[in-house]
Amino acid sequence: MGRYVARRLLQMIPVFIGSTLLIFCMMYALPGDPVAALYGEKKPDPAQILAIKHQLGLDLPLWHQYWNYLTGLFQGDFGTQIATQRPVADVIAQAFPVTIRLTLFAFVFTVVVGVLLGLVSGLFADKAFDRIVLVFTLLLISVPSFVLGYLFQYLFAFQLDWLTPTVQDSRDPGQLLLPAIVLAALSLAYVTRLTRTSVAENLRADYIRTAVAKGLPRRRVVGVHLLRNSLIPVVTFLGTDIGALMAGAVVTEGIFNVHGVGNTIFEALNRREGSTVVGIATLIVIVYLVASLLVDLLYAVLDPRIRYD
Amino acid sequence: MTLLEVRDLHVDFKTRDGLVKAVNGVNYSVEAGETLAVLGESGSGKSVTAQAIMGILDMPPGRIPQGEILFHGNDMLAMSKEERRKIRGAKIAMIFQDALSSLNPVLTVGYQLAEMFRVHQGLRRKEAKAKAVELMERVKIPAAKARVNDYPHQFSGGMRQRIMIAMALALEPDLIIADEPTTALDVTVQAQVMELLADLQREYNMGLILITHDLGVVADVADKIAVMYAGRIVETAPVKELYRTPAHPYTKGLLDSIPRLDRKGQELYAIKGLPPNMATVPGGCAFHPRCPAARDVCRTELPPLAEVGDGRGSACHFWKETIDDRAA
Repeated sequence: MGRYVARRLLQMIPVFIGSTLLIFCMMYALPGDPVAALYGEKKPDPAQILAIKHQLGLDLPLWHQYWNYLTGLFQGDFGTQIATQRPVADVIAQAFPVTIRLTLFAFVFTVVVGVLLGLVSGLFADKAFDRIVLVFTLLLISVPSFVLGYLFQYLFAFQLDWLTPTVQDSRDPGQLLLPAIVLAALSLAYVTRLTRTSVAENLRADYIRTAVAKGLPRRRVVGVHLLRNSLIPVVTFLGTDIGALMAGAVVTEGIFNVHGVGNTIFEALNRREGSTVVGIATLIVIVYLVASLLVDLLYAVLDPRIRYD
Repeated sequence: MTLLEVRDLHVDFKTRDGLVKAVNGVNYSVEAGETLAVLGESGSGKSVTAQAIMGILDMPPGRIPQGEILFHGNDMLAMSKEERRKIRGAKIAMIFQDALSSLNPVLTVGYQLAEMFRVHQGLRRKEAKAKAVELMERVKIPAAKARVNDYPHQFSGGMRQRIMIAMALALEPDLIIADEPTTALDVTVQAQVMELLADLQREYNMGLILITHDLGVVADVADKIAVMYAGRIVETAPVKELYRTPAHPYTKGLLDSIPRLDRKGQELYAIKGLPPNMATVPGGCAFHPRCPAARDVCRTELPPLAEVGDGRGSACHFWKETIDDRAA
């Protein structure tokens, strides 16, 4: 077990280097450059641009720039934003907790509502409730999140006036509710479908028949014997889903004006702020890796047939 | 009073191909300490009958349109769900065929055994666990105390089936239904498990319904036999008489298809044809397309289960000829 965790943690090193390098190259390959972006509509002075580039080390070859970035990173320096002169570390420290909060909110929503809906429709497979949930989840899967976002905004904020249309204070859970639901929608639909299938399948399993034959009350058959077995595939999905939620936050944060990672990365991309984009993207990759490690460990807890050594 | 009496039991299933009548008027009874073997091919309705007794039929699509299941004289089909649940596991317990799939893979065997005491007797977790260890010792699982927290997949097939037996025995039920308890096991282990089951039955004076298609197992442990074909009992008899003089051509066919040393080298006998599809059971006697002795009347008239001797019944128009044929 300990060795397994150690191995998984060591595996993160090449993934870390690979993902930073990949994103770094992509930023380099993008047309436009961050220094020209400083001038906006004004006509820049080529000599001045060259000078600034030299000062920032942007005239160096790609491998050298990457090397500089990486060595900086190991000294705890994430780089500095060109336009704002703010350290990238500060930008990340400000934006990340907001997105984490939003993602966790969406995650909890996904798990609680998704598993509950899936369980009930799996228990009553092919009944009216199951059919309604099927249509509902298909809708969620087929409607893009930006459509859903604007729709919810219009409905709940402007028409019904229940919630604020945009997020002013990201620490207020009431304000984060709407973006969290929109962010969760797609995952929620998948979790519901997955749980439903798993529950309906396990319901026919021999060990459920045994549990009934033992004279256990229905809630014990479902709560202890059925649910735990049914959740095994769902947990696997949820592990990879945390990463997908963080990526989905880019769009959702835009709609609801949440000042999180999504918004920051979007602005940074527009201004070709390489170090910001690479820094944030790498952090998301790490979150994703840690989340899937945790899920794999949880998987072994849920299913004793799986052992890591 | 008779421990269990099944009277004119019918079970239907609603399927896409229409109504399938899986069980058509089955009657049998078991006394305390007695072993009834129910013999038949797959699809003969032997397991469905057992599931109806346990109350674990899937309803729907299953349905019991007719019949009574009397346990200590009370009709269980007329009981409330809660009353039946309290009987399940505690008074009537069941042992299934495949212990690996029948035990919950994510719970320890100790938990699954202890659950019986916790649910039916309200014992605390710790006391129940101690009882689980006792049970495991009683079914002769070595190092029970150390293995109580192991999971089903960590045991061998024979040990797993012992755990199934222990679970069925937990609350010392009056009746145990064993649905092909040894089919999934190695032959050497089969004998051990059967012996264990027979010993425990004797010790607790339980009634046992043994569902099987293994004639060898039956001869060793059963007191009486009911042979099922296409949802009906076609022959019922004390075990010795049935082996000596079968009164139904189907039973005869089954006995003749046992490999025998004294006929080594000869072709093995097999009943021709296949068991009928339960959605399209042949008219008249359901066995007639496969019966070597079939005549015109067998195609049109369903033979009733006629009394053919002391405690013996046969559902064949020509039971007399069948018995005489063997005796001769």
